[in-house]
Amino acid sequence: MAIKVAVIGNPNVGKSVIFNNLTGGRAHVGNWPGKTVEKKTGGCTYKGVDIEVIDLPGTYSLTARSVDELVARTFIVEEKPDVVVDIVDASNLERNLYLTTQLMELEANIVIALNKCDLADEVGYEIDFEELSTLLAIPVVPTVATTKKGMDELKDAIIEAAKRQRKMIKMSYGRELDDLISKVEKAILKDEKLSSKYPSRWLAIKVLENDEEVLKKVEGSSHRDEILEMSKAREILGEEPEVVLAERRYNFISKILPKVLKGEKAMTLSDLLDKALLNRALGIPVFLALWWALFRFTFDVSGPLSDLIGMSFSRLGEIVRGAIAHEQLASFIADGVIGGLGSVLVFLPPIFFLFIGLSLLEDSGYLARAAFVVDRVMYKLGLHGKSFIPMLIGFGCNIPGVMAARTVDKEEDRILTILVNPLMSCSARLPVYILIGGAVLGAYAAAGTYSMYILGIVLAVLMALLFRRVIPYFKGKPSPFVLELPMYSRPTLRATLTHMWERGSVFLKKAGTIIFLGIIVVWVLSAYPWEAVHVGEKTIIEGSYLGMLGHALEPIFRPLGFNWMGAVALFFGFIAKEIVVGSFGVIFGLGAEAGTQEIQTTLREQKIFTPVTGLAFMAFTLIYIPCVATVGIIYRETNSWKWTIFTVVYEIVLAYIVSLAIVGIGGLLGYA
Amino acid sequence: MFMFRRKERRRYGRSEFDGVPLAMLLPGTEATVIRVEGGRGLVGRLCELGFVEGAKVRMLVSSGSGPILVEVKNSRIGLGRGAAMRVYVREEGWQ
Repeated sequence: MAIKVAVIGNPNVGKSVIFNNLTGGRAHVGNWPGKTVEKKTGGCTYKGVDIEVIDLPGTYSLTARSVDELVARTFIVEEKPDVVVDIVDASNLERNLYLTTQLMELEANIVIALNKCDLADEVGYEIDFEELSTLLAIPVVPTVATTKKGMDELKDAIIEAAKRQRKMIKMSYGRELDDLISKVEKAILKDEKLSSKYPSRWLAIKVLENDEEVLKKVEGSSHRDEILEMSKAREILGEEPEVVLAERRYNFISKILPKVLKGEKAMTLSDLLDKALLNRALGIPVFLALWWALFRFTFDVSGPLSDLIGMSFSRLGEIVRGAIAHEQLASFIADGVIGGLGSVLVFLPPIFFLFIGLSLLEDSGYLARAAFVVDRVMYKLGLHGKSFIPMLIGFGCNIPGVMAARTVDKEEDRILTILVNPLMSCSARLPVYILIGGAVLGAYAAAGTYSMYILGIVLAVLMALLFRRVIPYFKGKPSPFVLELPMYSRPTLRATLTHMWERGSVFLKKAGTIIFLGIIVVWVLSAYPWEAVHVGEKTIIEGSYLGMLGHALEPIFRPLGFNWMGAVALFFGFIAKEIVVGSFGVIFGLGAEAGTQEIQTTLREQKIFTPVTGLAFMAFTLIYIPCVATVGIIYRETNSWKWTIFTVVYEIVLAYIVSLAIVGIGGLLGYA
Repeated sequence: MFMFRRKERRRYGRSEFDGVPLAMLLPGTEATVIRVEGGRGLVGRLCELGFVEGAKVRMLVSSGSGPILVEVKNSRIGLGRGAAMRVYVREEGWQ
């Protein structure tokens, strides 16, 4: 029989590394049912025992206030794992033990992994872990996750703990409160249905804390009135019981602490670094410099790799086309399947390298500082300090940008961050600016390109402010900024790569399938009706369903000065925005592999765009619906069609308005 | 909005306004938390991070506006101005 083990801990304690050590890196990643919280499960066999490991979200506490906390605690209460591994940061013992006290209330079968023992040593702490184990009546295993130290001991402790029922010690909250708790508990014990399912003392504590979820459970109890009557006694306390209980838990910890923790933390490098990096004058420049370095790293390193992937796939497509006799099947496999896969996979290098860079920044402890530094500005813009990182990532690619919004804790703030993220001009839009700008803006091509990036930022800010004002869901100020800044630490290669893979593989699996499907659909639209499109050797897109669609859409785009070709190109751009470039190639009959210069010459010769409509087209490309993969990820992350459709619609409307404004203002200034 | 009064304070004969908001501390100064005000969510979050009555805090970074960085229960917490105005503290040495 397998032992079910849940892993829990504060953020930044090295939980994911320990999880990987326990499972050998083979994890199944999914979502908790009905939640956008990620669920990772894995397993291993140790000394002949099967161990199933479930990763619970990183949290400081187990209240019902956030989804993460609720998910974690519901799992422990409902699924009753055999063992709960509580990962405690040895260099930050006091605060970390707070979660432990709550696990004790839950009467979980706890094993403490005292992680980062090396770091605790380094800053000058001496921890008597045997004493800690005795005082809490919980097995304590010292570990250093990054070097895998203590992992076998941890597994031994898990198996040992699973065999026997732990002797629980009851924490005291002071006599007054203890009395109150046992009164409520007695009332709860009368309802056998309730008390057989959940730890009764925990229920009592939560009833006193006014915990919404637990109160809901009590609502359905046969002894409801009695329990609530008892809990009314909380008025005796004269203040919020939740606060008093938090205080008492910390009291409990501070009584233990002097017995187990010796030594004083010396002035650390972190103190010095924070003085410099969070300095009002230095903070922002340092941040901008690091950000710029991150982007150079991402695109310089990944560029050649992307080119290689793109080239290999078009070569492969040609080979397959030559090898298959059936014309439609050959086109389907070469253009649809292989071409489609290629256009997904070229995104892999930039995304993975961006994630390596971000993991480095995050694991070193800087990313939290960046959020701190920009909070001042972001708050004024109606966004949260933590929203900034997703926006930054959005410049690389909106998909990881939307995913990174997970770090924003309040749901409203998180959704708002997701909604404006596609306005960050991702790297896929750059080729379009270069193409159109180069073709019609002449000497102002570079300025036109820069202006798109700025336009994106300005619109994101304006939209965030607008949504805050207008949509009731977002009413009010961003939630107060509260963020723990972890100690700086040297990132390890293994942890960084693991981190990168975790994020990147999600893109690969989920977004990959969505983009791929989208591409197949567009291929069908552009290749059929077969006879109308394929006349002899030539391919005439105008005859395809897509061409018909372009013509049907043309009247809508006419005020903006785009013809059916522009409409078709924009439609293709829904797959991935750089496809706009290739589709002009296809439309002009130059082929998808046509060079930028060739397309630019044709654009100029056929007078498709004037400088003003060209600029409007660039703006439209920037703003209108994010690519199909981003739409997919927005749906996944918001778990709501409503917000997904809202994003698509508002961006199309906004794109139209802005482009119309550009054409209108251009006209007034005397440019056609 | 809740306000949390402490019996202890009455025992020491202090008024309930004897604290200063955490945001007012100068960098390098240490203080003791006396109470946290605000909505239930914020108060709860600050409590679990260690801002409970009697907790020692040390101001690390503060620059007049924008967020502050304080050390509490041995960890560093960045707090927006708004949140930092809700935590009332008594400066060390102030009697």
